[in-house]
Amino acid sequence: MNTTWSRFNIASIVLGFAFLYLPIVLLVVFSFNESKLVTVWSGFSTKWYGELFRNQGLIDAAWVTARVAFISASFATVLGTLAALALTRYTRFRGRMLFSGMVFAPLVMPEVITGLSLLLLFVAIGLDRGFLTVTLAHITFSMCFVAVVVQSRLITFDRSLEEAAMDLGATPVKTFFAITLPVILPAIVSGWMLAFTLSLDDLVIASFASGPGATTLPMKIYSQVRLGVTPEINAACTILIAIVAVGVLIASVVNKSREVQRQRDEQAAQRT
Amino acid sequence: MAQSMASDRPDAAPAVSSGGLGKAVGNRLVIIVPYLWLFVFFLVPFLIVFKISLSTTAIAMPPYVPVFGLEDGLSGLIASLGELTLDNYLWLTDDALYFNAYISSITIAAVSTLITLAVGFPIAYGMARAPTSLRPTLLMLVILPFWTSFLIRVYAWIGILKPEGLLNQFLIWTGAIDSPLLILNTNTAIYIGIVYSYLPFMVLPLYSALEKMDYSLVEAAQDLGCPPASAFWKITFPLALPGVVAGSMLVFIPAMGEFVIPDLLGGSQTLMIGKTLWNEFFNNRDWPVSSAVAVILLLLLVVPIMLFQQAQARSLEKGR
Amino acid sequence: MKSLGSIRRSFAPWADPAAKPYISFENITKRFGDFTAVNNLSLDIYEREFFALLGASGCGKSTLLRMLAGFEEPTSGRILLDGQDLRGIPPYRRPVNMMFQSYALFPHMSVEQNIAFGLKQDGMPKAQIAERVAEMLKLVKLEQFARRKPHQLSGGQRQRVALARSVAKRPKVLLLDEPLGALDKKLREETQFELMDLQQNLGLTFVVVTHDQEEAMTMADRIAILDKGEVMQVATPAEIYEAPASRFVAGFVGTVNLLEGRVMSRDGATLRIKGASGAEILVENAPDSVSSGEVAFAIRPEKIKVSPRQPAEGTPNVMAGEIFDLAYLGDMTVYHVRLADGQVVKASALNSARVSEDQLTWNDRAFVSFAPDAGVVLTR
Repeated sequence: MNTTWSRFNIASIVLGFAFLYLPIVLLVVFSFNESKLVTVWSGFSTKWYGELFRNQGLIDAAWVTARVAFISASFATVLGTLAALALTRYTRFRGRMLFSGMVFAPLVMPEVITGLSLLLLFVAIGLDRGFLTVTLAHITFSMCFVAVVVQSRLITFDRSLEEAAMDLGATPVKTFFAITLPVILPAIVSGWMLAFTLSLDDLVIASFASGPGATTLPMKIYSQVRLGVTPEINAACTILIAIVAVGVLIASVVNKSREVQRQRDEQAAQRT
Repeated sequence: MAQSMASDRPDAAPAVSSGGLGKAVGNRLVIIVPYLWLFVFFLVPFLIVFKISLSTTAIAMPPYVPVFGLEDGLSGLIASLGELTLDNYLWLTDDALYFNAYISSITIAAVSTLITLAVGFPIAYGMARAPTSLRPTLLMLVILPFWTSFLIRVYAWIGILKPEGLLNQFLIWTGAIDSPLLILNTNTAIYIGIVYSYLPFMVLPLYSALEKMDYSLVEAAQDLGCPPASAFWKITFPLALPGVVAGSMLVFIPAMGEFVIPDLLGGSQTLMIGKTLWNEFFNNRDWPVSSAVAVILLLLLVVPIMLFQQAQARSLEKGR
Repeated sequence: MKSLGSIRRSFAPWADPAAKPYISFENITKRFGDFTAVNNLSLDIYEREFFALLGASGCGKSTLLRMLAGFEEPTSGRILLDGQDLRGIPPYRRPVNMMFQSYALFPHMSVEQNIAFGLKQDGMPKAQIAERVAEMLKLVKLEQFARRKPHQLSGGQRQRVALARSVAKRPKVLLLDEPLGALDKKLREETQFELMDLQQNLGLTFVVVTHDQEEAMTMADRIAILDKGEVMQVATPAEIYEAPASRFVAGFVGTVNLLEGRVMSRDGATLRIKGASGAEILVENAPDSVSSGEVAFAIRPEKIKVSPRQPAEGTPNVMAGEIFDLAYLGDMTVYHVRLADGQVVKASALNSARVSEDQLTWNDRAFVSFAPDAGVVLTR
């Protein structure tokens, strides 16, 4: 496409990104504020980070969150990948409409409804609320996100790769593990990362599904935020942002360099 | 590639031929496992919500009757069917609080969807027109906030919007205002919160629709005598329409049931249905009424959700 | 006529009634829903034959190939390979290998690993695999690319990897789905001959699907022309070109002039046809079955002579016309001559001399003529 990047285009992008990033930048900046008052700058300090590490409640919550996120993301990845396979590979089966509905609906379902309904299920089957129930809840909604990510990869997957493997004597099971899985692996990995972050971030569903002893970090932050803005929370948020930002940056840098390498290889191949 | 490869086969070819991959990978297992999981943890819970919305509040655990225990056998189950009632729904229509909450949720969600569209379109358009080498970076910059916690992003605005917050400090410093504006705990704060939080959801589908568009179409329209503004409305916008629909649904639906934003940024007089449901459940412990609230919210969202799902399915089909 | 079959080489098992076909499609029908891709088709292919399935897209040729590979099961009919009924045998147990149109190289494996993949599935010992892979790499001249990934190769190299991978297992039959379709014209021409050499050297049976008639004509021992799921003609390239069985085949392969007419009389093998314009066409070597009725006389442009001067009195098959259009192609010139009745006949003339006295140009009066055995009579 020929690009005539007008001033208006540039201005809208700059303003848009300023709007998206300024609040986060301010939050990070004020986590290093000396003063207890979050909005009045009174000098640089890292003391709130020190406070943070002495706050046992927050650290416990962070540990719970990390475990829930890890376990739920792993299960959600398996289930979501299966769901994506079912949706792309089986164009016709009984109840396919319902199935695809159940995969797509949680993506847009208001969290209060998902949370409430899961809670009522756990009560109805007599499951005590706690670590297990949060994990189950997170698996359920994040597997749908994984399914969408993996499905979009499977749709562009060249089926003749599988046919070639079978043609060369690989059984269907072997074909799946030797060809299909390695090829779609990047999508599965990003599905896992997405599920992990979703679980890490979730407040509403966790509030419904969790119980005593399984307070997650967002729940903890929320209860403190309601009492007012504190530099300590800013510091906690900054750490969370840093973790995610570093993760995403590493992933995209790896991707980018792989892409660049690939392009270079392809150009080199054309010359030979 | 796949398309050209299949050139000699009709598109109606069955996805799985005999001896196809599925048969031995536990064929049905691939479907059954996720199907059952979603059935148990997604569909059944809704049926329970629906059932409880027809129950009566009780001071017990769980705080409603009938419980539908199986201990009384089948006859007990049937007997308790008679105890179901529409009272909770009648209660919702009686009390203006709920009606107003629904109306105000729809209004807030619709208005903020329009604002998000107005803010997001120039951004998406600018991105689609950016030099090709810059686009992946811009795209990543839009996606990045999505990876950071929703709660944190909403929280960040409290410090900006409160009376002694950064925005007021800035405006007073520039001399634009003399006394702080009251923004936090008003609907304005909610609009800002929703637009801010859901902007990436709007920009992404818009961008993917606009990026696919061939800009020479606009040039052709101008060449044929159409002025730029008119070319935008006659060419660009209609072609971006699928993105507009998808983006709007992605903002409108979750905004309808939003809890965190009205709770943290809105005032005590702000009525939004997600918050009402939360209060009904956690503060009043009225499970049947909150279930009824949820059922009605879901009914209101059925049409937009179906719209979204169809658009999604269509775009996936197209990718084939 | 009888000489045509031996133009290419003496290999002709199909002409030998005692020879047993290696692959037999017997009354194969394949339906996808309401669509009939292959309709009651029967076809025999012989061992060591280079056989081409030629047809436009949607004619059922790829479906036929995929049924042989085992990716589709016929709706009815059976396929025999070396006497064995293939029904129910999954693709991974069939002694045939396929080279895919998209090459389908495994992107996460190196060239070596791709070639070794099929051998590993057979449980071949490691040392033997290494030996075979080296042999294959040498065969396709890719020794120094063994450790590269597919995306690090050019299109022609990828094609050769795909070929090496599919012949590594020494299949009884190699199936090739548009093997040269993704290559540019120059590379395609070179590769055609490489493929033919390979087939000769390995002594394999090749079944190739293509929509490119030139490709089929160059490489194949025999060609099956397919249309709408049915076989129109199976014959050697020379027969297909010089003795097409129907108007469809004549028009599908190369350029042809079809002169419609009615049989007036038959005398031995000589036929007199009255053309639509009233001109009489004399045909020798006419097939025995034709003695009356509506027929078409099919004649290739290069077999028609165009001249500004009227041929001598008594020359058969002369028609007068006017040069309506001409295309100078360098090596030859194609004339479009409009006859008295308005029909346009195409005739091509080799430009064997740099300067010709008989230069014809637009609107010149011209005479077209052809020998009585230069074309064929078609009833279908």
